[in-house]
Amino acid sequence: MEFYRSHVLVCGGTPCVLEGCKAVRDALISEVRRAGLAGEVKVVETGCLGPCDMGPIVVVYPEGITYARVGVKDVPVIVEEHLLKGRAVDRLVLGTGAKEKGVVSYERPPYFELQQRIVLRNCGMIDPDSIDEYIARDGYRALAKCLTEMTPGEVIDAVKESGLLGRGGAAFPTGVKWSFTARATANQKYVVCNADEGEPGTFKDRLILEGDPHSIIEGMAIAGYAVGADKGFIYIRGEYVLSIERLERAIQKAREYGLLGEDILGSGFDFDIEVRKGAGAYVCGEETALIESMEGDRGEPRLKPPYPGTCGLWGKPTVVNNVETLANVPPIILNGPKWFRGFGTERCPGTKVFTLTGDVNNKGLIEVPMGITLRQVIYEIGGGIPGGRAFKIAQTGGTSGGCLPKELLDVPMDYFSLPEAGSALGSGALLIVDDSHCIVDIARCFMKFFKHESCGKCVPCREGTDRLYEIVDKVAQGNGRLEDLDLALELSRVMQVASLCGLGQAAPLSLMTILQYFGDEFREHIVGKTCPAGTCGF
Amino acid sequence: MPTATCRCGETIVDDRWEKLDEIIEKHRAKQGALIPILHEAQELFGCLSEDVQLKVAHALGISPAEVYGVATFYSFFTLKPRGKHKIAVCLGTACYVRGASELVRALKEELGVEVNGTTKDGRFTLEVVRCLGACGLAPVMMIGDNVYGRVKPEKIPEILKEYQ
Ligand SMILES: Cc1cc2nc3c(=O)[nH]c(=O)nc-3n(C[C@H](O)[C@H](O)[C@H](O)COP(=O)(O)O)c2cc1C
Ligand code: FES
Repeated sequence: MEFYRSHVLVCGGTPCVLEGCKAVRDALISEVRRAGLAGEVKVVETGCLGPCDMGPIVVVYPEGITYARVGVKDVPVIVEEHLLKGRAVDRLVLGTGAKEKGVVSYERPPYFELQQRIVLRNCGMIDPDSIDEYIARDGYRALAKCLTEMTPGEVIDAVKESGLLGRGGAAFPTGVKWSFTARATANQKYVVCNADEGEPGTFKDRLILEGDPHSIIEGMAIAGYAVGADKGFIYIRGEYVLSIERLERAIQKAREYGLLGEDILGSGFDFDIEVRKGAGAYVCGEETALIESMEGDRGEPRLKPPYPGTCGLWGKPTVVNNVETLANVPPIILNGPKWFRGFGTERCPGTKVFTLTGDVNNKGLIEVPMGITLRQVIYEIGGGIPGGRAFKIAQTGGTSGGCLPKELLDVPMDYFSLPEAGSALGSGALLIVDDSHCIVDIARCFMKFFKHESCGKCVPCREGTDRLYEIVDKVAQGNGRLEDLDLALELSRVMQVASLCGLGQAAPLSLMTILQYFGDEFREHIVGKTCPAGTCGF
Repeated sequence: MPTATCRCGETIVDDRWEKLDEIIEKHRAKQGALIPILHEAQELFGCLSEDVQLKVAHALGISPAEVYGVATFYSFFTLKPRGKHKIAVCLGTACYVRGASELVRALKEELGVEVNGTTKDGRFTLEVVRCLGACGLAPVMMIGDNVYGRVKPEKIPEILKEYQ
């Protein structure tokens, strides 16, 4: 590799691409060349850096200064001032608290300060299209360690001891899941990476795949070695065009380097990966529906048991893991389970990637230790609510999760505390809603989603999602009845216990928490025929 | 061989059917070939008409009902031709709270169609979709493969002008 005095990283994640990062990158390259710095300064397009709302983001190393909302017109100034003269361009620097006083300090803004990056270790740091850069940051060392120093059983034990819980929503212990598949006897086993990411408000898997595709390839290969599978599939949302492109290129490169294919690193272990595109159905994120879809059928979930671990794709034992789960595996193998347990909480070790959206100042991708409070995330990392409005609700876990009021802002965010508060951590979506919104209107939006996405296979979900929408819609139209609210709760409980898959079981959760914490606002609509927020027109 | 009729009334031979044969050949050996085939068939024809579905069913030796079942299950597939440009407005929650319904309203007005409708000139089809995974830029819409973030309703005429 060549050495450069400075590296200029331009975020190339989807949100920044939309904001025109490609033009900024091109301008940087030509401006750097024009200034005669081409041999000293390298411009790199990376994956997502996190603060998506402030794109395009440019970071200059070694100083580590982050510029936000960089336009093509700002490029000559950055090159002239910063790269040539060594003075940062204050007006573009992200989050300098001391700026008002005339002193600009370049401490990392709190946005980054509270974050700990395991999953996103390489996102925004390396060129995702370069396998060499991944390798230079310890990439594929964990795989090599497994293949040369560890038995499959030892790999599984290490993952078990780390306490890693699946990050796709169900929080099942990953090591335990692997051990089921490892124990099953079959002539063929599979590893499937679940990259269908359909939970509204979630885009972490997209940005992990765009920013660090090799970490998923390595994680899958390790899983394959641990359970005895030689074939992997990545089932990915068809809309994730950039992720698909980068994954395909990464897989190709890994094959060229002998890190995928036959006899990997001379160990006798074979493993290869194929990418399959989804066709647009939320329910296909559910693991058995995903398997149906991969087999070429309608993506309707199967009755469990048998679980995919013993009887999955084409009837073979199949490990299904989320993107983020797999990205955690290489660092766990490399640094050991004890290191991993040093992050997060006793019951939920490690970190969690959240996608922060809605009415909050800093939207985007963050990675924080498990157990951090909602308040810290919203106010310290998220920078609070914009426009002087007040916080109203936080929905954790995406549309399948519950809604929490301000009294519960101090609840720790982990897979156990949030369910105790009536919500869920789920995939890590975090939607913040301010007091300008009507709760009935929001609830209607949630219910409409499930009404549309219910696959129709089981009655409680198919009928239940329809009826819940109807009830909330009636309230929003001014035709609600108080007794309907009791009916909604009763129906919700039936759906929770009787639905075939997690879709129907989780569908009523948001409404139940809304009725619990914001029931009065519903009653005002019904009895007083008024909408306090003035959204519902009657 | 199925033929197509062009506007002037003349019957022409449509070479897309040969391409469809190639697509089916390319995928048929792998397990779970149906969805990748439908993906490419739709790209080729613009929609999955009855003829296309029948052809795929025959070639794979499965029942047309099965193909129809799959084609209607996934929102990516369409049985009716869409307009030249597909406008998809995200109604995911993050977009919803940032004013996506205003956007839908403005688009309906501008285009003179309802959701799922196609403009008379065949230029646009308006659809609403679930979260596109770009919530940081809410409200979000896609026209074809292009994504637009933080869209303001008043910007719509200007954006649509780019798509003739
Ligand atoms: C309706 C529904 C949608 C789901 N969507 C996803 C998804 O988009 N991505 C994902 O990884 N898991 C999703 N899951 C969870 C999967 O069924 C499964 O638990 C997960 O992929 C297992 O991986 P993990 O153990 O690594 O979390 C969904 C579950 C349900 C019920
Ligand atoms: S809610 Fe619109 S992109 Fe996610």
